[in-house]
This record gives sequence, C-alpha cells and structure tokens, in this order.
Amino acid sequence: MLLIKHAHIVDPATGIDGPGHIVVSGDRIESIEVGYVPEESFDLVIDATGLTAFPGLIDMHVHLREPGFEQKETIESGTRSAAAGGFTTVAAMPNTEPAIDNAAMAEYVRSKAQRLGYCNVEVIGSITKGRKGQELSEMNDLVGAGVVAFSDDGNTVMNSEIMRRAMEYLRMYNIPIIAHCEDEFLAEGGVMNEGLNSTRLGLKGIPPLAEELIVARDVMMAERLGARLHVAHVSTRGSVEIVRRAKARGARVTCEVTPHHFSLTDDAVEGYDARFKMKPPLRTQEDVLAILEGLQDGTIDAIASDHAPHTVEEKDVEFDYAPDGVIGLETTLTVSLTNLVAKGVLSLSQLVEKLSANPARILGLSDRGLLARGAAADITLVDVHSERVIRSSEFESKARNTPFEGFVGLGKVAYVICGGRVVLDNGRIISR
Amino acid sequence: MGLRSKDLLGLEYLTRDEIELILDTAEPCKQIFTRDVRKLPTLRGKTMVNLFYEPSTRTRTSFELAAKWMSADVINISVPASSVMKGESLKDTVRTLESLGANIIVMRHSAAGAPHFLARSVDAAVVNAGDGAHEHPTQALVDLFTIREKKGAIAGLKVLIVGDILHSRVAKSNIWGLTKLGASVTVVGPPTLIPSEIEKMGVKVSYNLDEAICDADVINVLRIQLERQKKGLFPSTREYVSLYGINRERLKRAKSDVLILHPGPANLGVEITEEIALSPCSAISEQVTNGVAVRMAILYLVSRGDKQRDVAY
Repeated sequence: MLLIKHAHIVDPATGIDGPGHIVVSGDRIESIEVGYVPEESFDLVIDATGLTAFPGLIDMHVHLREPGFEQKETIESGTRSAAAGGFTTVAAMPNTEPAIDNAAMAEYVRSKAQRLGYCNVEVIGSITKGRKGQELSEMNDLVGAGVVAFSDDGNTVMNSEIMRRAMEYLRMYNIPIIAHCEDEFLAEGGVMNEGLNSTRLGLKGIPPLAEELIVARDVMMAERLGARLHVAHVSTRGSVEIVRRAKARGARVTCEVTPHHFSLTDDAVEGYDARFKMKPPLRTQEDVLAILEGLQDGTIDAIASDHAPHTVEEKDVEFDYAPDGVIGLETTLTVSLTNLVAKGVLSLSQLVEKLSANPARILGLSDRGLLARGAAADITLVDVHSERVIRSSEFESKARNTPFEGFVGLGKVAYVICGGRVVLDNGRIISR
Repeated sequence: MGLRSKDLLGLEYLTRDEIELILDTAEPCKQIFTRDVRKLPTLRGKTMVNLFYEPSTRTRTSFELAAKWMSADVINISVPASSVMKGESLKDTVRTLESLGANIIVMRHSAAGAPHFLARSVDAAVVNAGDGAHEHPTQALVDLFTIREKKGAIAGLKVLIVGDILHSRVAKSNIWGLTKLGASVTVVGPPTLIPSEIEKMGVKVSYNLDEAICDADVINVLRIQLERQKKGLFPSTREYVSLYGINRERLKRAKSDVLILHPGPANLGVEITEEIALSPCSAISEQVTNGVAVRMAILYLVSRGDKQRDVAY
C-alpha cells in the first residue's frame, strides 16, 4: 500500500481540483481521501506537500525507434525519457524497421516494453503493409495483438481508395486511424514552411495547403464512412478550422498538436539549424495563434510530443540533408505549463485533459487518464511552480535534438508512479 | 572601416556602407587589367580554398584568378555530388581544410545554408559562392558594380529581374543589394517561378514583361533551367520564350539606354537571343571582367579581418 499525502490533485475526469491524499493498493488506486489518513498501515508514504498530482500523463505520439534504429533511441531509453518527463504511457508509432504491420511485431514491442520499459507502452499498428500505402495490414491480427490505433505516420496514405478501405474495415472495431496529413506531391522536397522565410532562406517550402488538403479529405471520408479519425500534429490555421467545423457537424474526429507547433514559428529556421527541422514544419505566428485558440475552445483534444529522436551526427549537417523530427518527451510538460497555463491559454485542469484524459479516451484506455477508485495507479507529481532551464545534456533520451535548448520554463517532475510502482523518485529514475 | 563579419555569406547581412565599401575597393582592383604585370603582393602567404560542391566555370575561375593576381596560394577542390550522397560530411571536410591552414574558403554548395554551417565551425573566412536557392552575393556585387559603372549611380534606377526567381540565388542577392542601394526592383516571370511572399522583400512582382520593360533602366536576365519545365513549372520552353525571352522585338518597347545583364551561363536563344547578348546594350562580357575585380576586393576585405583599411593595390 502506497500513500501520497497532501497533494494538490488536479483530475479533470472526476472534476477534482483541490488538496487530497491518494491511496494506492497494488497497481490500482484504492481511494482519494480528503480527511485524515493514518500513515501506519502503508508500506510507503510520499509527502506531496507543494506538489500537484495528475493522472499519469499520456503521450499518444512517440517514436521509440526500436526495432531498426536503436542508435537513435530504444524502448528502454525512450521510456526512461518518458518517465523523466512525467509520462506513464506512451503510444509507439509503427515506422520502425521493419514496420509494425503484423501481430508478431506488435507483440515484440509490447513484450520488450514489459521487460525493459519504464512506463506503459501502447502500440500503434501501421495502416498498410510496410507503410507503403498499397495493401492493408492484417488489422484483425494487430487488434488481437493489442494495438490501440492505426497509422502510417511519417507517410500519408495518398491513395484515397486504400484510405477508404482502411476506414471501412475498421468499422469492425472501435479503434481510430491516426492520420499523418501531408500531400506528398505538394510537399515533395520541402524542408520548411512555405512563405517569406523559405523565400529568404532559399529553402524549399511546404505549403500549408499540403496539410490542409489531406486533413479535409480524411475528415470528409471519416464523416461519410462513420469512421473514427484522429489527425496527428496539426500545424496550420486551416487544419484547425477544418477540424473545428467537422466537430460542429458531429464527426468522430479528434486531433493533437505538438508543443513546438504551439510555441515556435518558422523564424527559428533562420540559422539553418536542423534542430528546427521537422514535419509538419514550423509555421507562422498566425498559425500559432489559431492553434492556441483551437486548444482553448477544445478543437484540439490532445498535446503530443511527436518525440522523434535522431543522433547528433545525423542532425548536425546541412539543413537539406538532416532528417525530420525533434524530441519532446522531457520538454512537453514544461513547455505546456509555461506557454499555455502560465500565459492563461489553458487552466491546469484543461492541460491535464489534453495530456492525459483525452489521449486515454481517444486510445480507449478506460482505466487511465483519471484518478479514481479502480483506475490504474499511474500518477504524476509535479512541482508546477518550480523554474527549470531545459538542457539536453540532462536528458534520459539517447537523442539531443530538441528545439527548446536553453528554454526557461516552469515545472519539475518530482515523482512518477506507474502501475503502483515508484519509477521516478524526487526527480530521479529508480526502477522500472 | 572594414566588414563587420569574418565571412561573406549574403547581401542580406551587409549594410549599405559595407556594400559600397566593396564596390569602392573593386574600382582600383579593376585597373590591374591594364597593367603589364598582373601581380600584387596583397595576399602573399595566404591560402585560399575553392571548395565547390557544384560545377562552376566562371565563379570558380574568377576567384582563382583574383586570388592569384594577389599572390595567394590557391587550392581547388571539386566535390562531385555523388560523394556527398555517400555521406562524406561537410564537417569532416572542414576539419581537413582547417588542418591545412586555409585562410579563406570560397564555397559553392547545392544546399542553402551550407556556408553558414561551415562558417560557424571554422576560423577561416568563408565566402559564399552560391548556396542552393539562397544567395550568390559575389555575383550580385559584380552586377551592382557593373550597373554603377555603366549608369553612374544605383539609387533611383528601375531594375527588372526576369526569369526563374524561385530557384535563383542571383535574384535574391540582387534584390538585397539593389534595394539597399536605393534602386526600385521588379521581379518578372510566370507566377509559378515567383517565390511565395517575395513582395515582402521590398520588390514589385510582374507577370507581364512587355508592360514592365517600358520604364526599366536595367534588365537582369536569369538563366532558365530547362529541366524546370519537366517539373511542370511552365508548359514549354516555346511558351516561356514567347512570354519572357529578351529579343530585339521586345526591346523596342524599352528605353534606348537600357542595360542588359546576365549572370551566365546563358541559354542563348532561350531567355536571351545571341544578338542582344552581344549587342552594345549588353554588359555581359563586362560582367565577367568585373567579376575578377570585385572578387579581388572581397578577398582583400575578408582576409584583412579587422585590420585598418589600407590600399589594396
């Protein structure tokens, strides 16, 4: 039995936002108490005075790179990074080598995560075999192996017929498609947002339209077919608008945004530093403002890091030649607390919705994303007022490719309890 | 005064005064052409490396000549695109050049920003000889020098830049330089070859050359890469020529003293007819000569670092 006492509990799912104690029994939450709790009966007591307790954070968009790219990240290092960043669950994207396009691959990742992981790992299966956009993966097998969503992330399923069949096939299950929306013809060869900055810098631009066209296509398709669609990493004002209207019409559409897309603009590309190269690319201030509005009015359901590790050598090259992607597991909470909560865009409770309750709902993780009797004992304790300077040299991730080096923000993760076990103790990882 | 930065990466980063300093310094350099002995001791003991990741004749040769006339030691390195693809890293090459004691590295690269990447990691002065679709500052300085020489001053001139603005580093550098020196610039080409939001760089945009040509003082004609047509950027060379080719007929609409420039190499008969390229209104061969003088001035100024200005010849 574990007692977390004197925490400030913020749990949007149950509406709690106030002081309390959390009682944990085994891997489940036993109760939330407000009054006196005698400590004698507990094996372990964490004094959470001054700390805020959230349901364990869930990052629904992470690249763990294993198998195939272990020099960038592994299931072990990626989940350590997750735990250090306050996450108790991550959903792993299937763009590994080989791709997670069959049950054996999904089981491999799950079993390895069970053995070596520092948090829960959910697996996303690929929509098509080899993520090639041509033939559907064996979806029933993958569902049997426990995948929580399907995505060809990194690639768009450009063939509308294949996308249609995927959505139709998935009617058998209540599992969403997570769409990476980027028209590959419009985006071909592009390395940054198209606009004044790409013109000035002489870099090939990716027009906002490349994203918006596919968001519109997938939203229309999902609506027509009654399918569940989750749009990954929206980056433009137009995408937010398309999702907002679809939701108003009652479509089963959700979407996410990354911390870099609500914090940075393509001005950051000025020095040709590939730490600011990712897909979708950083856009303009106008897009950032639209995204903040979308977060505020609930159009954007989730915040996800799109944690995309690469080695230092791979990223430290000419901008054109560097691979896309930035890491985010150890910066998402700080950047969100600083740029969203401290600036009054979201309340703390709304932030927890987007970092825990909503991702749990979208991925169908019914016993996660809330602090209530019977729920998984996944709890994140954060000192939300403590100042922190982001330094990649301190990361648990193997990678260092953060666009937030030197960012001064708020929030230190103090404790992470995952499945009733203390993984992070006073800011240090102590066990898996 | 001198240049503020150790490197010359683009005209966007130079002040008006710095641009004028380079042009002023190039004037005496040009006189060396008329001498019997074309040799100055200015860069004796300095090593210049021509590091070219893309093929080039004019730019590379004029840098080499400029350096040799100023007594520098010159190393030419041409890196075929294939070895870049093999993963030979720029960083590695840079370390080699540093160890060899290069003082000035002149670099051409197909990736925009590659010279910035290089400049960050070496003490040597880096001169951008063209990076992707970003900038080609030394060519634009040659163009500015030529315009100033022919027209007396740049402020107040109406300059057209015609052609593939989207992929042109020459256009970008010319825009920065010309607008800083007070010219009014219009870029002309089909909408598909005009980059996004370029008007925010302080230029006008026109799709109609016959209209824009009327009050132009200078027309800078860009090379049209014929492979762009295959990418669907314009329907055919024939149609491009009919809309944007510079020929005698079209020039009848222009001022009689209009000055024609072309950074070379030209597709004669496509973006410009041979007749016009060789006509008195064209300064194309002058540009090549001026190329050496302007590059002498640049090499001198970057090699000098923050030392006090003195005579270059």
